[in-house]
Amino acid sequence: MHSFIESFRSAILSIRAHGFRSFLTTLGIVIGVASVIAVVSVVQGLSYSINSEFENLGSNTLTVRAHTPLKEALKGKIAKITLQDYQDIKERINDIDAITPIVTGFGKIREVKFGSQIEVSNVIGTNSNYRSVNSLYMSEGRFLTFSDEKKRRRVAVIGQSLITTLSLPESPIGEYIQVGGEWFKIIGVTESKGEIFGIDQDNILFIPFSTIQSLIGRQSSFQMDIQLSLTNLDSLTPVQKRISNILRTNHDLAPEQPDDFKIQTAEQLRSSFTSIIDSITIVLGGIVSISLLVGGIGIMNIMLVSVTERTREIGICKAIGAKRHHILLQFLIESVVLSLFGGLIGILIGFGLGSFAAAIIPNFPAANVPLWAIAVAFGFSAAIGVLFGIIPAAKAANLKPIDALRYE
Amino acid sequence: MSLIELSHIAKHYTMGDQTVKALDDVSLSIAANEFIGFIGASGSGKSTMMNILGCLDSPTLGEYYLNGTDVAQLPESRLAEIRNKEIGFIFQSFNLLPRASALQNVMQPLIYRGFSLATRKTLAIEALEKVGLDTRANHLPNELSGGQRQRVAIARALVTRPSILLADEPTGNLDSQTTKDIMALFDQLHKEGQTIIMVTHEPEIAAHCLRTVTMKDGKVLRDQHA
Ligand SMILES: Nc1ncnc2c1ncn2[C@@H]1O[C@H](COP(=O)(O)OP(=O)(O)OP(=O)(O)O)[C@@H](O)[C@H]1O
Ligand SMILES: [Mg+2]
Repeated sequence: MHSFIESFRSAILSIRAHGFRSFLTTLGIVIGVASVIAVVSVVQGLSYSINSEFENLGSNTLTVRAHTPLKEALKGKIAKITLQDYQDIKERINDIDAITPIVTGFGKIREVKFGSQIEVSNVIGTNSNYRSVNSLYMSEGRFLTFSDEKKRRRVAVIGQSLITTLSLPESPIGEYIQVGGEWFKIIGVTESKGEIFGIDQDNILFIPFSTIQSLIGRQSSFQMDIQLSLTNLDSLTPVQKRISNILRTNHDLAPEQPDDFKIQTAEQLRSSFTSIIDSITIVLGGIVSISLLVGGIGIMNIMLVSVTERTREIGICKAIGAKRHHILLQFLIESVVLSLFGGLIGILIGFGLGSFAAAIIPNFPAANVPLWAIAVAFGFSAAIGVLFGIIPAAKAANLKPIDALRYE
Repeated sequence: MSLIELSHIAKHYTMGDQTVKALDDVSLSIAANEFIGFIGASGSGKSTMMNILGCLDSPTLGEYYLNGTDVAQLPESRLAEIRNKEIGFIFQSFNLLPRASALQNVMQPLIYRGFSLATRKTLAIEALEKVGLDTRANHLPNELSGGQRQRVAIARALVTRPSILLADEPTGNLDSQTTKDIMALFDQLHKEGQTIIMVTHEPEIAAHCLRTVTMKDGKVLRDQHA
């Protein structure tokens, strides 16, 4: 025990004796750990905010969207949810509390114009239910109403970003803009939703479902998603089954053919996003671990130099009675202390970097460093210290006393 | 049985196709409380002899009994224990740890015994007092004169109360006055019962020894008792 404390003390002493060199040595670990922590904190912050996003979507909500199986996609077929599907679901299923069609504009219908400014935006045709199902809040004006839908009004609700990109007045209610060549009156502005995966959620524009239908025209079939909330949570599974039956019949699918659509609960949607984020974390983490490896090699290199430099000292210690384990421990502790020190600084810098990145990107969720990441970074640095310190330490410990003493 | 018993000890170095016999069939016995000096020309094998006696090196052939145990048969960890407990080694070039103070240098061998800090300190200060250097305890080696450094080294060798004090040209790097002081210290240690084995070039120093062994080409040429 006393010899352990002494080994520790002498390790610290020799690290301090070469202050600048020790600092440079740990730099590899510092950078490695800092990038791990920065990446993890940003991605976890993102995942945290996506999770809370989906919490807004009630648990009794189902989303129906087209899904082209890979085999079909290779044949050039693209699956679609059609207007017919929407009407059939709406008419034939009883337990529906609210049903929301979501049609995304394409081609010319994505062009939004005010004065001389043209902006390509995410134009969505939907109805009044959309707001409550998606927990959308208004910062000004109102959302689409039942009567907008019924009277096929040319009205639009816009996202925050369009105010700046189209150079609209600060309070744009009542202004007229062109969408797909037709005139629309702005009736509301939604509250900001920020970005997800770097995609601006506020470059968006809502118009009534009936209006977008007339813009697209009856002849061309269009792509839509359907959201529906149920009156009764227990009917979730039977409703999923019945929708599936309707869609399979409408799409003429033979029994052996796979579904060309997906009916997902909010929970299923969330977990598919979470799994994307988890794989991003793993891939980035893997890349960044390589820098930790490089840092470890740097430590090994300097430890080998240190052993060579101190060969004579090792000889002296052996001559006065040091055993193998005394020498081994001293050098091992030295390399572990070096790399833990690097890890500690790395964690601090990484956290700072993550917070900084989150702060300068507008609307980006706050960085969130999970405790496990800190524990892993710390454990990893210690392991690197042991792993890359053991060879130099063993080299020192195995020196024969007479050879070490003779070393010039 | 005597303290040290060497029988037919040889140390060979192979350099390419020729073999250097640094020690060639040396048999010798040394009793407790002897004050013995190895003398002889440069390259005659004196240092090789000391390194083997101090368990820093092992002989190519022969047996070395220290207190009745055959040292050649022992594993490295037992040899480390012997170096720590039985032997105090003093080098020509002092061999102090450069970053440790005089006191810490003297305390160092006691670490390997597992003594507590307080015990180590008490014993080390005692040893420094013995060599008259307790006032310099907190100086680093490079803040001390050559003579003072060698005293620290002697204190370090004595602090473990070894049965043998080995000194390879301990005054080789020192001026004549300091040499006299160090030799006076050796005389006193010998009077107190310490076994001392040393190597020297200088006849005046050899005169302090009660027995001189002259080496030549790795063999014992003469073994004289004063
Ligand atoms: N590591 C070694 N490799 C090869 N030969 C060696 C080695 N160590 C010593 N020798 C040889 O062994 C012989 C004895 O050397 P040693 O150092 O014992 O002499 P010495 O009597 O101490 O001389 P000096 O008085 O100059 O110190 C020399 O010829 C030397 O060249
Ligand atoms: Mg010599």
